[in-house]
Amino acid sequence: MIAETGHYALVLALALALIQSLVPMIGAKLRDPALMNVARSTAVAQLLFVGASFVALVLVHVGSDFSVANVFENSHSQKPLLYKITGVWGNHEGSMLLWVAILALFGGLVAIFGSNLPLSLRAHVLAVQGWIATAFYLFILLTSNPFLRLAEVPVEGRDLNPILQDIGLAIHPPMLYLGYVGFSISFSFAVAALIEGRVDAAWARWVRPWTLMAWVFLTLGIAMGSYWAYYELGWGGWWFWDPVENASLMPWLAGTALLHSALVMEKRNALKIWTILLSILTFSLSLLGTFLVRSGVLTSVHAFATDPSRGVFILLILCLFIGGSLTLYAWRASSLKQGGLFAPISREGSLVLNNLFLTTACATVFVGTLYPLALEVLTGDKISVGAPFFNLTFGPLCVPLLLAMPFGPLLAWKRGDLLGAAQRLIAAGLLALFAVALLWAFVHGGSTLAPLAIGLAVFVIVGALVDLVERIALFRVPLGISWRRARGLPRAAWGTAFAHAGIGVALIGIVCESTWNSEYIATMKPNDSAMVGGYEFKLNGLSQRQGPNYREVFASFSVSQQGAVLGTLTPSKRSFATRGMSTSEAALMTRGVSQLYVSLGDLRADGAVAVRIYHKPWVLLIWYGPLLMAFGGLLSLSDRRLRVGAPKPAKAARALQAAE
Amino acid sequence: MTLWFVFATMTIAAVFAVVWPLGRRGQPLREGNEVVVYKDQLAELERDAAVGLIGASEAEAAKVEIGRRLLAAAEAGQNAATMTGRTGLRRAVAILGLLGVPALSVAVYLQLGSPQIAGAPMSARPQTASAAEPIESLIAKVEAHLEKNPTDARGWNVLAPVLMRLRRYDDAARAYRNIITYGTDSAERRADLGEALTAAAGGVITADAKAEFERALALDANDAKARYFTGLAAEQDGRNADAAAIWRAMLDKAPEDAVWRPTVQAALARVSGGGQPALDANKDLSPAERNAMIQGMVERLATRLKQNGDDVEGWLRLLRAYMVLGERDKAQTALAEARQALAGNAERLKQLDAGLKSLGLDG
Repeated sequence: MIAETGHYALVLALALALIQSLVPMIGAKLRDPALMNVARSTAVAQLLFVGASFVALVLVHVGSDFSVANVFENSHSQKPLLYKITGVWGNHEGSMLLWVAILALFGGLVAIFGSNLPLSLRAHVLAVQGWIATAFYLFILLTSNPFLRLAEVPVEGRDLNPILQDIGLAIHPPMLYLGYVGFSISFSFAVAALIEGRVDAAWARWVRPWTLMAWVFLTLGIAMGSYWAYYELGWGGWWFWDPVENASLMPWLAGTALLHSALVMEKRNALKIWTILLSILTFSLSLLGTFLVRSGVLTSVHAFATDPSRGVFILLILCLFIGGSLTLYAWRASSLKQGGLFAPISREGSLVLNNLFLTTACATVFVGTLYPLALEVLTGDKISVGAPFFNLTFGPLCVPLLLAMPFGPLLAWKRGDLLGAAQRLIAAGLLALFAVALLWAFVHGGSTLAPLAIGLAVFVIVGALVDLVERIALFRVPLGISWRRARGLPRAAWGTAFAHAGIGVALIGIVCESTWNSEYIATMKPNDSAMVGGYEFKLNGLSQRQGPNYREVFASFSVSQQGAVLGTLTPSKRSFATRGMSTSEAALMTRGVSQLYVSLGDLRADGAVAVRIYHKPWVLLIWYGPLLMAFGGLLSLSDRRLRVGAPKPAKAARALQAAE
Repeated sequence: MTLWFVFATMTIAAVFAVVWPLGRRGQPLREGNEVVVYKDQLAELERDAAVGLIGASEAEAAKVEIGRRLLAAAEAGQNAATMTGRTGLRRAVAILGLLGVPALSVAVYLQLGSPQIAGAPMSARPQTASAAEPIESLIAKVEAHLEKNPTDARGWNVLAPVLMRLRRYDDAARAYRNIITYGTDSAERRADLGEALTAAAGGVITADAKAEFERALALDANDAKARYFTGLAAEQDGRNADAAAIWRAMLDKAPEDAVWRPTVQAALARVSGGGQPALDANKDLSPAERNAMIQGMVERLATRLKQNGDDVEGWLRLLRAYMVLGERDKAQTALAEARQALAGNAERLKQLDAGLKSLGLDG
């Protein structure tokens, strides 16, 4: 009953999406407000139905209703409740349902909060959302239906992939999808603008909060995915330049470029056509990510069931939307009015520089990801493009980008003063040099480039703060005035500073972790001890215990530093009988922003166990950085100015007029 | 019945969502436009100029620029084609909503949905699974007991074969090791341990496993399991002749009714060019003779399965053979027999069904 209701709700959502893709377009063409408003009510109704469908799937998973094939294949009655819920999107069908649910959520949000948009623009945006939704509803219903039933109810389910039985599954995919799918709104705005043949500064302002929201979620999603891989996969790596990771990095780079170029468009009415193209490309890269992960082209934790018919279907959707939107772009872009010209040394000039570097970086990731796949298809040769390629291409591109970053916010619009900006950044530069000198003097080992990279990071962080200091005139005026200035500063300015500083913070973490991390891999017997990074690890012993749906062997290590016991770490190996798989659960101890990391390898016959022990200095900064960036994004999002144009109650407007 | 009532309610809600905006007339239109944005930009420009984020002359120029945009937007707003209501078209859309939405939804749903299957959440299901569950909980109990008393060799003796059958090979290996440590060291247990290690390694005889088999043979040179696996080790090392010699020696001395005989025979046939190569060796037979030979092999397989039907792979091989020989009827009969022989074992039946898919035989 619940499953069938969910199934029918999904079918109704498809019917509504079809109406939403068609009727508002006609309405906008004929300027009929009622027809255009159909977009709004259908978008909201679609959200309700897809939401109901998703809730139904959650309910059958929680109730272990194995008459639903999807539940049988991915759940187990003994699984803890949290994983019964998160298991809903821990498989292909369910995650696609989450995908369309989030798509409907964004459509619904535009319908509900988009009353500051011109009617025809909103109708067009929602119609384009309707097209995307239709395509994905069809994909789900025809090739990946989570509501298919089994006539004979199996006694027990096949359980969820043990690697996914983790709190990370509750956070990483929803965040990532909010990011990926959020960019569909900027895509819809871009296509709507092309259809209407009209783009202006106001368009950029309307689309910016949506882009920013998507960017914030994508940032968090990628960071969370990286941290999850770090602690779950058991070898302490946090980024592997794996195609699946690159698939999420590409939309992030393009989306970051989009955020900045939309700023130029908003302020200066320039870069319009480029911004439209970036909007299209960003969402196209999100779709490409979906295709790579879901078609079976790649094998990884993310590639669930691989089925060629799904791959072909997604490829079709991909060609339709990317090809269609780019064709529309080629056809209509020339008819859009070009914006003004501007001086190279100016805020807008620096943003163009930012766009150049970000898109080039995105292109290198694109090549590094797709070239091996294309080569394999064409010649059958398997090559592996890994970290060395990206370190040699992506790395050098980041250096000038980061060097230039602090200058951007210090340059004025229209005509900037590079020398003035440089003078104001002297403090940041000196601090950076000081950091480099300190590191060279006192830290030994590791690459000679590492101190330089840290210096760069310090420059970025202090540079971001310099902007704030300058704006509130700290130290130049009494503190009270500075404080008032700080409070009066637009939140977007704070957001910029936090986001830029976040990059520097992450860079410090990356450099420290990869340069000064110490590891110890050996076989240890009970009562053996090892020294890693100045900490002593003593293996107390191994024992076993029964979890809800697994058995685990766990080791107990006492950690001490210079004789003082800091605590115990209990890494474990879990074996899941249903799938016959085992996972390694690393144990972590946080010391400041550094971490101690112990994971177990194979157990040996004589009671010894293979262990990996790592000391990872400052590793947490890698994820604090993105958190800071996302926080900056949220601050910027909360800026009053982005909401300007929101509907003011008619009464208030009249009252204002009366007062004048 | 409730289900269809729920569907009907949902459909009505969906239709309502389409029709509702069409019926609203004379409502004042709330529409955003660019003017608000540009006015705000002017205010922002003044703020920026006040803190020196933009030079005075540039600010003046920008103000003119935004002002121009503001004027254009305001003008466009006035000149914009007035909204027109098209009653005919609205009616058409209303009809599309009223008829199209239910028609499409029902058509698609009836194709894909299974309204006849009732939901079966765990709470509503009779606990028929109880046959399987006590075993699991029993094992858990034994394991808990053994964790507290790891020196109870008899307990390990009970548990080890069960763990093997549950395919928890690593645990089984540990159990056998405990039997040897705390109980008696015997050739059988050493061989069992080796087997568990081999199974844990996915069928590869590791150095550890090999050492165990050697210890077993040191204790009892005639231990069948250890000898068989020593042969397998030789085969995995590529020493087929050695493997064949070991197995041949085993078969020579083996009693006629030894349970392991067929396994060793099959292995011997494999290394000494049985199976496919056996056919090649008879290349100079006439087609008729060859057919007769194949028929004979198939019949032998059929007879064996009649006696011992608990072999899914065997049944599938037989079915495949019948299909290749074009004897569809025999295949159907054999399939019925297979189902009978495997009835009562849901897991095997499932394996059989999975195998059937590739045969194109309608199960």
